[in-house]
Amino acid sequence: MQRKEIIAMLLAGGEGRRLGALTQKLAKPAVPFGGKYRIIDFTLSNCSNSGIDTVGVLTQYQPLILNSYLGIGTSWDLDRANGGVTVLPPYVQQKGGNWYKGTANAIFQNMFYIERYNPQYVLVISGDHIYKMDYDKMLDEHKKRGAEATIALIEVPWQEASRFGVMNVDGADRITEFEEKPKNPKTNLASMGIYIFNWDVLKSYLVRDDENPYSSNDFGKDIIPRMLQEERDLYAHRFQGYWKDVGTIESLWEANMDLLEAYPTLNLHDNEWRIYSVNPNQPPQYIAPYASVKQSLVNEGCMVFGNVDHSVLFYGVHVGEKSMIKDSIIMPNVRIGQNVKIYKTIIAEGTVIGDNCTIGVEGEHAPITLIGEDSFIPANAKIKN
Amino acid sequence: MKNVIGVINLGKPHSMLDDLTRNRSIASVPFGGRYRLIDFTLSNMANTGISKVAVFTLNKSRSLMDHLGSGKEWQLDRKIGGLFVLPPAIEFPTQEYKGDLQNFHGHIDYFNRSKEEYVIVCRSHMICNVNYAEALQFHIDSEADITMLYNRVDPDTVDLSNCYQVEVDEHQRVRGMSSDFDTGNVYMETFIINKSLLVELIEQCAENEQYDLTESLLIQNINNVSVHAFQHQGHLSIINCTTSYYNQSMRLLDPEVWKGLFFQPGLVYTKIKDEPPTKYIETADVRNSLIANGCIVQGQVENSILFRGVKVAKGAVIRNSIIMQECEIGADAVVENMILDKEVCIKRGQSLIGNATEPVVINKRSTI
Repeated sequence: MQRKEIIAMLLAGGEGRRLGALTQKLAKPAVPFGGKYRIIDFTLSNCSNSGIDTVGVLTQYQPLILNSYLGIGTSWDLDRANGGVTVLPPYVQQKGGNWYKGTANAIFQNMFYIERYNPQYVLVISGDHIYKMDYDKMLDEHKKRGAEATIALIEVPWQEASRFGVMNVDGADRITEFEEKPKNPKTNLASMGIYIFNWDVLKSYLVRDDENPYSSNDFGKDIIPRMLQEERDLYAHRFQGYWKDVGTIESLWEANMDLLEAYPTLNLHDNEWRIYSVNPNQPPQYIAPYASVKQSLVNEGCMVFGNVDHSVLFYGVHVGEKSMIKDSIIMPNVRIGQNVKIYKTIIAEGTVIGDNCTIGVEGEHAPITLIGEDSFIPANAKIKN
Repeated sequence: MKNVIGVINLGKPHSMLDDLTRNRSIASVPFGGRYRLIDFTLSNMANTGISKVAVFTLNKSRSLMDHLGSGKEWQLDRKIGGLFVLPPAIEFPTQEYKGDLQNFHGHIDYFNRSKEEYVIVCRSHMICNVNYAEALQFHIDSEADITMLYNRVDPDTVDLSNCYQVEVDEHQRVRGMSSDFDTGNVYMETFIINKSLLVELIEQCAENEQYDLTESLLIQNINNVSVHAFQHQGHLSIINCTTSYYNQSMRLLDPEVWKGLFFQPGLVYTKIKDEPPTKYIETADVRNSLIANGCIVQGQVENSILFRGVKVAKGAVIRNSIIMQECEIGADAVVENMILDKEVCIKRGQSLIGNATEPVVINKRSTI
């Protein structure tokens, strides 16, 4: 196998329990986002746009949809003879096998995959964040500083800092301290869960971590603290721009609504950094004579006869006459009857909603209503969270 | 469908679309907000399960070749079969191009080397969504030598100039075919033929120096071989001049036509552009329009078709128009009864109002 300078290991096994009904049948990275995408499209597109052509995708929870979505990586230009996308589920070896016990363990169990490419650097990322980032710039910094590991950091609001792994850095952006979800954070520089390691260094830590029966085999809890303790050369890569962990229904809804700003921080209409995805091949959307669509994202294959305001419509959604959709996310192939009112609701794929229904609660601080995949809501129903 | 070769015959010269075909073949004229005309024929073949397709080209094929690529959008990037692009095999400049059948003759080896028993020959300016399997079964069951596809159309909605019409008897046999007939049975420029007969007829025509496929190979042989007719029931759009291009595009604004042409019986595939969903800003006012992905709409759009990546600024008004890929309509501009080819830029405050019956085409990449 031809040697690669850098390969990516994409952690995509997350269950995403806090996404409730949305992750009943799919892993969190496969959850639909932004009218067209699945969450994992962002990291895969980042890899492709950063010139990384070898990506190992570590899967574990509900992998069917994700696996078939990835295919051979064609949609992200990652169908390569040497490299490309490889799905890496847990497997049984001669001495038995295990589920992935933690993020570090997942990489450890796939050392054979990494060794085949004999890379100098390994990029570790996770498939459940929404952001656009040039990993090549991060690698440049890593090389210039002669670092052994580089961690991407973002400034978060102080009141939110205790939800993240936060770091202290010195004047040269060398990481001096790391705290996982501290009660009283000393800094607001949060780890984005994006790491570049020198492979030989990471390998030695993974092997030692595996030998430690008390380790939780996690990058944030075990590997990084240990490297800091042993005074390895860890540097911060400061990131500015949009970054969001869409791990909860609230954050998923917010991240979708962020896209509806006139000039969103995360610009999807950016030809220099396209987000690739599997395209559904549907015709252009049809907006009927008495329809109204404002402050919304609408994907191909939709037919809109009613009013859509401040909402995100995925492909193949049908909105009946005199229906009204506000502050909502409507996932693929949902059919909405006539005279339906929908407020602040996430409706998962394939759901059918009968005429005259009212779903969700209006108002800025109203809770979000969630309707699961392939549901059938009979006519005249009233549903709220 | 491993027993069938699909052939798309683009070897008949015509410049029916004037400005829209100045730098492209008719097959690659953009249509329906995101497609090229050839997508419909290619998708029909893909949805029928045909995995070996030959495209006989003529000239101006850059945009066509770019569009076809490896053929993967139509599942034609195959080891077994796949996409074959066959340009005219003539000696330049000593030999003159005499007609589409000459092109077939020049590539007769392609047919001779193929094992398939049947060939479906189509062109690209008749837009429909059809599964050829039923027609092929009809062809086999009726033991026909040639089966032509036809459609009954309403002459009030479809311009039939330059079209052939067929006379069909009660046994579904073709009794006559002419561009002067008025039977209402429009030949869809699509026929199924046994490959061995096709090769035989191509050789025969070449010997007699006859090079027009429809006239020499089909019409002349109507009484020599058994020619049957199969009626296609779905929507048919015939694109044969700029006006019919405009009118047929506008028919897509009828939801029944939209569903019929784009979904039944199969989807229509085209080159992927990875555009994001279309964004409607607070001030957007869109009615009775077809909008492709990647657009940003701030202004007013009515009875119009927007291709991928069109930007409509605040206060702009677009009415009864076709706006192709990557056009930009500036603030407070007015565009009415127009066809804007790709990447046209209309500056702030400009007003372009065309004739409702004869829409005006603005050439690719113009700035006004």
